[in-house]
Amino acid sequence: MKSKYSVVGKRIAGLDEKDKALGNVVFAEDFTLPGMLHGKVFRATKASARIKRLDVSKARAVPGVVCVLTADDVPNNESVKNVVGQTTEVGLLEAKHQVLVRERVRYWGEAIALVAAESPDIARDAVKLIEVEYEELPAVFDPLEAMKPDAPKIHGENNVIASWKLRKGDVEQGFAQADVIVENTYRTPRQEHAHIEPESGVAWIDDMGVINVRYAAQVIEHYRDIATVLGVPESRVRVIGTLIGGGFGGKEDVTVEVFLALMAWKTGLPVKLTFTREEMGYARHKRHPYVLKYKTGATKDGKLVAMEAQIVSDAGAYVYLSPWVLIYSTVHSTGPYLIPNVKVDADSVLTNNIMTSAFRGFGGMQVVAAYEAQMDDLAEKLGMDPIELRAKNFLKKGDVTASYQEITSEVWLEKCARAAVQALGPKSKGGKTKRVGRGLACAWQSYGRMTYLHDTSNCWVNLEMDGSAVVRTGIPDLGGGQRESVRAIAAEVLGLNIEEIHVISTDSQVTPLSGTVTATRALYMSGNATKLASENVKKIITDKAAEIMSVPAEKLDLKDHKVVLIDDPKKSMPLVEAIKQCHFEGKIPQSLATFRAPFTEPIHSDVIKDPVFPDFTFGAQAAEVEVDLETGEVKVLKWATAYDIGQAINVNRVEGQMEGGVAQGLGFGLMEDYLEVKGVPWTWNFHDYIIPTSMDVPDIKSIVLESGSGKGPFGAKGIGEPAISAAGPAAANAVKEAIGVRITHLPITAERVFFALKGGKD
Amino acid sequence: MSEHSENGLYDICITVNDREIRGKVKAETSLLEYLRDNNFTEVKRGCDKGDCGACTVVKDGRAILSCITLALQADGGRIYTVKSLGSWDKMHPLQQAFVDYEALQCGFCTPGMLMSAKALLDSNPKPTREEIREAISGNLCRCTGYQKIVDAIEAVARGEYK
Repeated sequence: MKSKYSVVGKRIAGLDEKDKALGNVVFAEDFTLPGMLHGKVFRATKASARIKRLDVSKARAVPGVVCVLTADDVPNNESVKNVVGQTTEVGLLEAKHQVLVRERVRYWGEAIALVAAESPDIARDAVKLIEVEYEELPAVFDPLEAMKPDAPKIHGENNVIASWKLRKGDVEQGFAQADVIVENTYRTPRQEHAHIEPESGVAWIDDMGVINVRYAAQVIEHYRDIATVLGVPESRVRVIGTLIGGGFGGKEDVTVEVFLALMAWKTGLPVKLTFTREEMGYARHKRHPYVLKYKTGATKDGKLVAMEAQIVSDAGAYVYLSPWVLIYSTVHSTGPYLIPNVKVDADSVLTNNIMTSAFRGFGGMQVVAAYEAQMDDLAEKLGMDPIELRAKNFLKKGDVTASYQEITSEVWLEKCARAAVQALGPKSKGGKTKRVGRGLACAWQSYGRMTYLHDTSNCWVNLEMDGSAVVRTGIPDLGGGQRESVRAIAAEVLGLNIEEIHVISTDSQVTPLSGTVTATRALYMSGNATKLASENVKKIITDKAAEIMSVPAEKLDLKDHKVVLIDDPKKSMPLVEAIKQCHFEGKIPQSLATFRAPFTEPIHSDVIKDPVFPDFTFGAQAAEVEVDLETGEVKVLKWATAYDIGQAINVNRVEGQMEGGVAQGLGFGLMEDYLEVKGVPWTWNFHDYIIPTSMDVPDIKSIVLESGSGKGPFGAKGIGEPAISAAGPAAANAVKEAIGVRITHLPITAERVFFALKGGKD
Repeated sequence: MSEHSENGLYDICITVNDREIRGKVKAETSLLEYLRDNNFTEVKRGCDKGDCGACTVVKDGRAILSCITLALQADGGRIYTVKSLGSWDKMHPLQQAFVDYEALQCGFCTPGMLMSAKALLDSNPKPTREEIREAISGNLCRCTGYQKIVDAIEAVARGEYK
């Protein structure tokens, strides 16, 4: 791929990549301190109960156990946060959380006590000596049941914790104009993040009395939560984020950090805590399961005229980010289509199931399974090509969505869809008992946080005397190469090689806060902040050089350690000379810059009537599958994925996100079947929760398109979350084409296909 | 096999990356735990149940899962981790290919993935794409979708890196 830039837009072999290939990275669990204790969490084995008796005395008495902590030992065990933007109908939401269970257990796996001991074995054995007696309480596990007035209440008076709506036009009139209508109910599963690195970290008190927590954090701003729980000033808590071994939203909410800080604070000793894989399976949040009832109508020439949907998400036992996830679902529920009449009602409901919260796609994903199934089924009824039907209805730049947001960047959906389908090549042949099918799915996904959150990102850049540069930014690296992107952007602006840029990142007391690595915001926010800071530094240099060279500053550029005249590159001065002169005059070539996303007012009503997101990424995926008619097994044969990402910073990394999105989305659509029975999780490890291996994912063709119209640095859009959302639905549409039966319940396992072929319910 | 000592600990000696490491282990101590306790933290703990492959090391030319191998089973043997392959200035062809092809993202599965790839190419220098996929099928990666990993190993097998 050609690029008009010298660093940006190419295939960059980053410095972090080298350390990763060499095995040099000190991940969260690889770090140790002398005299370090080992923590272990004692967890509930009831989904809904009251603790009648909790006795930790036997655990405390074990030689080598240094402390056992319960809710009574936590300075501020309960936190209550008001969630913005709820209606009076639902009530301003008080999201209640407890660090350790004081009395009431609301889900199987909830944390009750912490043990810190001299070795992991002692901690593990001591936990087994903790005695607890429960009084079981009524429970509810089905979100639709939990919505009924007489359902057991999880917190307060109402299990419905968030409701959002879309209202546009008049759906009754719309459906009256429709020649064909498709109506169906879809179910999407809980999904486990399954990052290969478990949640882990080490905490210690330093010689200035500051609580340090070094852990795998998507949000280093959790130092504030630690301070709140401990009742200490925020300035006395420092979070040092590690390079993360995968997160996907799994390390976005609080994980080990509060437990670690508590144990270190109580013992005065360094403590390590790592969740076991089983603990990750049964006690950590998942993707929200959804029930999506959709009805879509079109005229015989393929124009969409109305869409109506009722969406219910299972929020699990605690609020966490469920109301926000639901806003994403609501805004994205129409798909990237212009529909004149829309009515969407979405609710998020508490249950006694395992908690659900952030996961790559963040509510924008589940709805794709519904709207793209509807599009294919409409196309079938109309006898129309699935691309042609979509192409007649895609949003365009300047269109206003059903949530009343104008699309201000390019929408290259048709290009993406055609490129993806074409990239599949000739269709494979099936066999006597095997049918081949192809499916397409198109999707949109926001990048950047919701604008009413007033998101900002900071970055500090300086040039050293020799012309090398240091970038300081709080942004964590989730594994997506966020740190390398920042390095590439600074190198581009300052005319340096990436080897000359050192990036210090992810330290709440050393690096300027840059916000979370969530919401596909890292490149957009910290990338823009880095670009701003680098440009400020560049301006300090070019202003000085302009004086010395007697030319206008705007005619100067930085290239290969020189300040060069753009129109006549032979005229230049050494960069180090300009830096030296700047220092001599006290104009240090450094800058702390803040990038601000667009700010909007909080959402006033439950009907979304104002822009919620900075912008959207659009793309398409096409899949070819082979279905075994005897066993129901689905084998994925081919895959193509096409996105307009605005501008690639590192082409390798963009493709990596796209391919990884395919694999994780393919798992969501076809394989990953998280099982919970009456609130008891059953799939704890990789031998029962099956994620795609190298044998399940086919060769993937990635098509990277660059409209240059994004809001990120150099016109980039985000790709982290967009890359996943169309994958599962593309596979579902391929299965439909292969067997002629619509399976509405994801994942489409062999069992579901088998019974669908037998004419039973899926 | 080591002699049983009085306090339930066994004396063992394992040669890790050509360095003799002597120590005491319990009967149930896994090789993974023993290696990590001896600062070979490049060997990753992903699941501790033999499911994910992050802890893969090479023993006697074969890729093995150190989390379900007892340290005692490796007594007297030779173990190689990813750090035996190369250094910052002289990367192993597989490491260089992993970097060039971006066959890694977060890098957590990478040490195990590389050792599976190493064992494959040592026993089968010209594997097919299908054989490569099979050889790494016990190494879970949640970031990449495996495409670039297979590409990188194939590039080394093709002789693109010397």
